[in-house]
Amino acid sequence: MGVEGIGARVLRKEDQRFITGKGRYTDDFNRPGQLFAVFVRSPHAHALIKSVDISEAKGCEGVAAIYTGEDVAEDGLGGLPCGFAPGGGPQNAPPRPALLKDKVRFVGDMIAVVIAESVALARDAAGKVNVEYDVLPSNTDTGKAMDADTPQLHEEAPNNVVMHWEIGEADPVEAAFAKADHVTSLDIINNRKVPNAMEPRAANAEYDAAADSFTLYTTSQNPHITRLLLAAYVLGISEGKLRVISPDVGGGFGSKIPFYPEEAVVTWACRKVERPVKWTSDRTEAFLSDTHGRDHVTKAELAMDKDGKFLAMRVDTKASLGAYLSTFGMLSSTYLYGTVLSGPYDIPAIHCKVSGVFTNTCPIDAERGAGRPEATYLIERLVETAARETGIGVVEIRKRNFIREFPYQTAVVLQYDIGDYDTTLELALEKADYAGFEARKKKSAANGKLRGVGFSTYIEACGLAPSNIAGAIGAGIGLYESAEIRFNPTGSVSVLTGAQTQGQGHETAFAQVVASKLGIEVDKVDIIHGDTGTVQWGHGTYGSRSLAVGGSAISAACDKVIEKAKKVAAHMMEADAADISFENGEFSVSGTDKTKTIGEVILTAMVPHDYPLTDMEPGLDQRSFYDPANFTYPAGTHICEVEVDPDTGVTEVVRFTAVDDFGNVVNPMIVEGQVHGGVTHGVGQALFEKALYDEDGQMVNASYMDYIIPHADNVPSFDVGYTNTPCTHNPLGVKGCGEAGAIAAPPAVINAITDAIGVRDLDMPATPQKVWDTIQANGTAKAAQ
Amino acid sequence: MTTVSMTVNGKEVSADVEDRTLLVDFIRENLKLTGTHVGCDTSQCGACVVHVDGKAVKACTMLANQATGSNVVTIEGLANGGDLHPVQAAFHEHHGLQCGFCTPGMIMTAVDMIERAKANGLKLDEATIRSELEGNICRCTGYHNIVRAIEAAAEQTA
Repeated sequence: MGVEGIGARVLRKEDQRFITGKGRYTDDFNRPGQLFAVFVRSPHAHALIKSVDISEAKGCEGVAAIYTGEDVAEDGLGGLPCGFAPGGGPQNAPPRPALLKDKVRFVGDMIAVVIAESVALARDAAGKVNVEYDVLPSNTDTGKAMDADTPQLHEEAPNNVVMHWEIGEADPVEAAFAKADHVTSLDIINNRKVPNAMEPRAANAEYDAAADSFTLYTTSQNPHITRLLLAAYVLGISEGKLRVISPDVGGGFGSKIPFYPEEAVVTWACRKVERPVKWTSDRTEAFLSDTHGRDHVTKAELAMDKDGKFLAMRVDTKASLGAYLSTFGMLSSTYLYGTVLSGPYDIPAIHCKVSGVFTNTCPIDAERGAGRPEATYLIERLVETAARETGIGVVEIRKRNFIREFPYQTAVVLQYDIGDYDTTLELALEKADYAGFEARKKKSAANGKLRGVGFSTYIEACGLAPSNIAGAIGAGIGLYESAEIRFNPTGSVSVLTGAQTQGQGHETAFAQVVASKLGIEVDKVDIIHGDTGTVQWGHGTYGSRSLAVGGSAISAACDKVIEKAKKVAAHMMEADAADISFENGEFSVSGTDKTKTIGEVILTAMVPHDYPLTDMEPGLDQRSFYDPANFTYPAGTHICEVEVDPDTGVTEVVRFTAVDDFGNVVNPMIVEGQVHGGVTHGVGQALFEKALYDEDGQMVNASYMDYIIPHADNVPSFDVGYTNTPCTHNPLGVKGCGEAGAIAAPPAVINAITDAIGVRDLDMPATPQKVWDTIQANGTAKAAQ
Repeated sequence: MTTVSMTVNGKEVSADVEDRTLLVDFIRENLKLTGTHVGCDTSQCGACVVHVDGKAVKACTMLANQATGSNVVTIEGLANGGDLHPVQAAFHEHHGLQCGFCTPGMIMTAVDMIERAKANGLKLDEATIRSELEGNICRCTGYHNIVRAIEAAAEQTA
């Protein structure tokens, strides 16, 4: 049967609505009688609130209501819960009310909400809410947050310490360092990055008094988690009384995972004002209040013997968590970070310490890669630096240390099931024409440019996550995924998945999985997601999990369908179910030429006129909850070539090769798109992006005028290739691809620049000013020329 | 309040709006044409690009009243009935979109870019396309497939 299933370049089903302007994002929904919310945000990073005067604002045209922190407190609205506390140990987790009444802790903290007949009128009135502050000194330097004289944000967190966390064993590491022939050490700052989904966050809440229930449209990567946290922890209602709809979502990159105070306030307020309330972020609000990522200050050391064989790694990190603990804020700097420090290398001993600290900055949560980019950056910077220091060579040192026997137990908890790092490296070398690099370098030099090449051989842990592990490390939720398959009599299928999409192409890729499993054309498979009112349950999309976990749930549900359908087919063909086989959408009786198509079986099950009703229920619908046995371990080699102009410090990425092992690939077109986008995030972090807070805690680049995310002329076309060692423990053999580029690219770019200009240390972002200054300070421009 | 009147996607429209109403808000809120998006406040992202009298314009940089008497085309008016515009078809064929939020603005910019190149007898090479996309930001695709789509559409309509 000619069904295009797993492995085919199927064009996306969802495209039609997006290319014709028919996409439906949260801000596109308008409810009858709707009001508009604008938040009064703190202009100070750290201040006591002396008074909030709403009298003038209340009299403004079109104002329906104004609520402050006092109102929230009086109503007993719950604070925002933290969904993850590593290790279950003592955590300094202060409360986070949805609106503040006593103290603000970052620029953008919310003091009041103005609800009016239009956005413009709400904004006019918000400008007339008079707040008196007693401004306090700020703490914005992650490296100094724990110092004795640094201003403290929360009473509950002395010296701004949220947690001291560690992984791996210290003693073997110390012993290995003592006997090492060579130690490479780097001080690394991983720059604070703003996710910058192009669709700003929005929320639109409505209360149905007759049913005593709420509906919230919101920009969420995980609507069921939002429902859980908002209903159970903030509103104190049963989850059944709250429907969360996350319609088309315009990018997330981690920033739409957390549960936000704006969602809590509009939902709470819509019942008070007895009208729907809508809020849409503007871009500067987004810069100030969408959770940020990264912001680590690290000392990392790698010990090796005389042959360059790695003996041990030692890592000491200070990680900012911002002003409050976001929903999964602590996860990115602990278990998603320390557990992947072995990379693709056999490193017998690893010890990593992390101090999580509060600073007067926007809260930190997941940002594309979440912890794994931070780990990969320091591993790959260490390895490349070690290769240069020892003269072993950047390819050779990797080959001497790659893991080659699987399963491999790392020194930091994880056990890799499978991989083949040599093959990805060899293919990348070939595709990148590494052999021709020196000739290209000479050509660049003739044009007055400094050319450099940098590598990144990364691994990531994806497919989040086995629920027992999630629980053991401190998550408040399981991380399985669910799928339900519903049949229509004429042979079409609806698949309800708990994975949400923000552009990943689930409506096509998941349909391909069903097409392959059941032999039903992609066009007849509708994927339904993003609505707690229709989808049974789900944990959403992040951590490159949707196909590995959500797709596996769909696969498992298909298996249940086939098992039951075989019994139906057996009845239809008067055979024993044990003799029925199923392939390419057709049931057959072994040893005979009798066959029935899946369409015929569906019709018989749905219209059971001739059916064993005493033995079996009608219908074929099935549901599965799939909990992964392990993480998946995508890996690969990314090679970046840059040209640096020594006169201006401008870096141009002139060539980028990515060879990845994602296991089996369902839709190569979609996977390549994910790599392109991920690499561009990584190039952005390496060259342009950093949330800049001044010493007073003002974010000085909170707009696209000042914060640069890559534009079309900042990146090249990419050369992408694959190798494949199928994942051993999920039914599709898939690993996940969404974060790989953002994880792999930053060290590849910085390794290339440091190669080009002949320096050892260079922090991201490598702006023209920084690169030029570095060249001047090192006098390397002339040397390299 | 001001009365604004214009042609949008071939239809005469008129409404009384506050003087400060931006063209993009008029399109989204009054006309309920929500395919034109707002992604920033500073005219950098290009999610709101529409055509005003045949030129690509960021609808967030213009007051609705400034478009009075103009002929405006939004993403919803680009296809010819059920037939996609070649640029729309190329974005689909070349996977030039992921989340779709920047896509309407990207497509409207690309149509304008291709038409201008054609009018001036210029060939759109990769460097020119990338340079011309300066005013449109995409955070999903890394631009690779957007460039492929525009190259293909330009070739097709040449």
